[in-house]
Amino acid sequence: MNSGPILEVKNVSKAFGGVQALTNVSFEVYEGEIFGIIGPNGSGKTTLINCITGFVKMDAGKVFFRGKDITGRAPHKIADLGVTRTFQVMRPYYSLPAYKNLIVPLFSPRARRTGGWRGGGRLGDRDTVGIDILEEIGFERDSFVPYKLASTLPTGYLKRLELARCLALRPEIIICDEVFSGLSMAEVASIVPLIERLQMDGITLVMIEHRLRELFRVANRVMVLNFGEKLTEGAPAEVMEDERVREAYLGTEEV
Amino acid sequence: MATEERRRERLDRGIKVRTEGIYAISTWQEMAYLLVPRLVLILGILMLPLVIPSLYWQRVISIVCIYALLSLGFDFLAHFVGLVSLGGAFFIGVGGYLAAILSTSLGLPPALTIPIATLVGGAICTFLLLPCLPLRGIYFAIVTLMYPLVLAKIIEALDILGGTDGIAGVASFQSRWVEQYFIIVMVIISLFGLRRLVNEDVGLVFRGVKDNDQAVRASGISITLYKSIAVYIASALGCLGGAYLVHLYMWAGISLFALDFSILPIAATVIGGGGTLVGPLVGSFILVPISELLRAFGTLRIVFYALILMAFIVFGSEGIMVYAQRKYHQFERWVKV
Ligand SMILES: Nc1ncnc2c1ncn2[C@@H]1O[C@H](COP(=O)(O)OP(=O)(O)O)[C@@H](O)[C@H]1O
Ligand SMILES: [Mg+2]
Repeated sequence: MNSGPILEVKNVSKAFGGVQALTNVSFEVYEGEIFGIIGPNGSGKTTLINCITGFVKMDAGKVFFRGKDITGRAPHKIADLGVTRTFQVMRPYYSLPAYKNLIVPLFSPRARRTGGWRGGGRLGDRDTVGIDILEEIGFERDSFVPYKLASTLPTGYLKRLELARCLALRPEIIICDEVFSGLSMAEVASIVPLIERLQMDGITLVMIEHRLRELFRVANRVMVLNFGEKLTEGAPAEVMEDERVREAYLGTEEV
Repeated sequence: MATEERRRERLDRGIKVRTEGIYAISTWQEMAYLLVPRLVLILGILMLPLVIPSLYWQRVISIVCIYALLSLGFDFLAHFVGLVSLGGAFFIGVGGYLAAILSTSLGLPPALTIPIATLVGGAICTFLLLPCLPLRGIYFAIVTLMYPLVLAKIIEALDILGGTDGIAGVASFQSRWVEQYFIIVMVIISLFGLRRLVNEDVGLVFRGVKDNDQAVRASGISITLYKSIAVYIASALGCLGGAYLVHLYMWAGISLFALDFSILPIAATVIGGGGTLVGPLVGSFILVPISELLRAFGTLRIVFYALILMAFIVFGSEGIMVYAQRKYHQFERWVKV
């Protein structure tokens, strides 16, 4: 086995017109860990995910997945390698029932090659596999919820649906863009064990969060972004103590 | 004196059949409920040439079928993939010229020229449209409209492929009945084939490309690939129509690039009901004959399409088949209380 980082981001920079969204951001994620990225609103977290997953072209820098250069590849090719992401602004297929939302990822070349999550992806049983995945991610199987139109689902379920789309691809990494935001304390408490289970299943997680308390409970290491620059990185407890972090972020936020 | 109380009950048969799956279709009423509309449609179209004995109107049915193929392609691209294509004339022209060349210079019979022109023509059109696939909405429509104009001008200016005289001497079909029924059967196959396609899992990918392309990309699926497949399907349908047309008229010319082929499918889709696939077919069966009756007015016919379109859009009509399907599924009855 390759003992290097599973995901390596080197000196990524990105500007939108005059706005410098990211400046020289570098970090490494190791297999099986939960890596947190925190930062105030507008600090460039979403832009960073977009650069890594190919949705936005970065101005400079490199991204390596298992040592392979994936910089500038098309989003579907990066997802095809197992580097999956959720969207902060959820993107379900609103006109479809929840379980039908998973047909598209289960139809992808990756899902058909790998068999999808727990052996889905075969013609004919994608509906069943879709419901299995939804059950794993917290949809009550025997309720009506998996059959409800996505447009009628509350935020908590839509966030789970985002995670389910990643799971359908049998991912190596899931990069989550603020799965906790917009959820009540109770809903967050019900998603946290799911995240821990995914980690036990061997999936590497990168979790971008605006809310710190929940993230610090699950993350192994965290990195702090501020105005598009990396402030520091370390264990959650260390980062909390860092003077610059308190100044830049924690001072303005209830922790 | 008995006062009878009644109330209206509304049943949605469609939802019942759709949600309870294939196993729910067990009684003969439910089978009939699903089969009757299909049989009426298929038998109706197949009988049409028999009940219309006039040679002139039989020819009109063939033209209707060509427009039906174009309209099916238009509806598929617009409502299931999110590409608004005005490429009808482009597809007809490419398919038509290809079949004419194969027939006159290689001496191939229609049984070979039509399949080749359909498959190869579809590939040519798709290849030429590849650079436009990232374009959205109106921009894709404009480019697809420019291609036939450009091709017609090139043929005219360089005097190639027969120039303004066109290519004469294209082989005809071996009999009038082959000529008539070939295209009718192709329309029926295309309609049911496309309906099957959009209801399969791959149909959800197409719809995803239309409604939510970022999520499709995040699912590891190339949207360019699926757009190309869809454009190939629509252009092959158009090329089939074009190839058939040149064998019908035994002639190919720059009138194959006529604007009607691009415009009428939109009108047919709006009138018949977009997103139903069968609607555009119905729309073609209504519009083309009317348009034939107005042939005396020449190019003023475009005004007629425009007026019908405007009427349907201004009065907010959903289209004939959308309305008909809803009424059919939500059947109401009076019940005694
Ligand atoms: N597509 C875009 N066009 C222009 N500016 C953008 C775009 N996306 C993000 N930005 C800008 O980049 C900065 C970082 O945004 P973002 O990555 O969304 O931050 P975060 O996710 O941390 O809240 C913001 O100033 C935002 O206005
Ligand atoms: Mg963000």
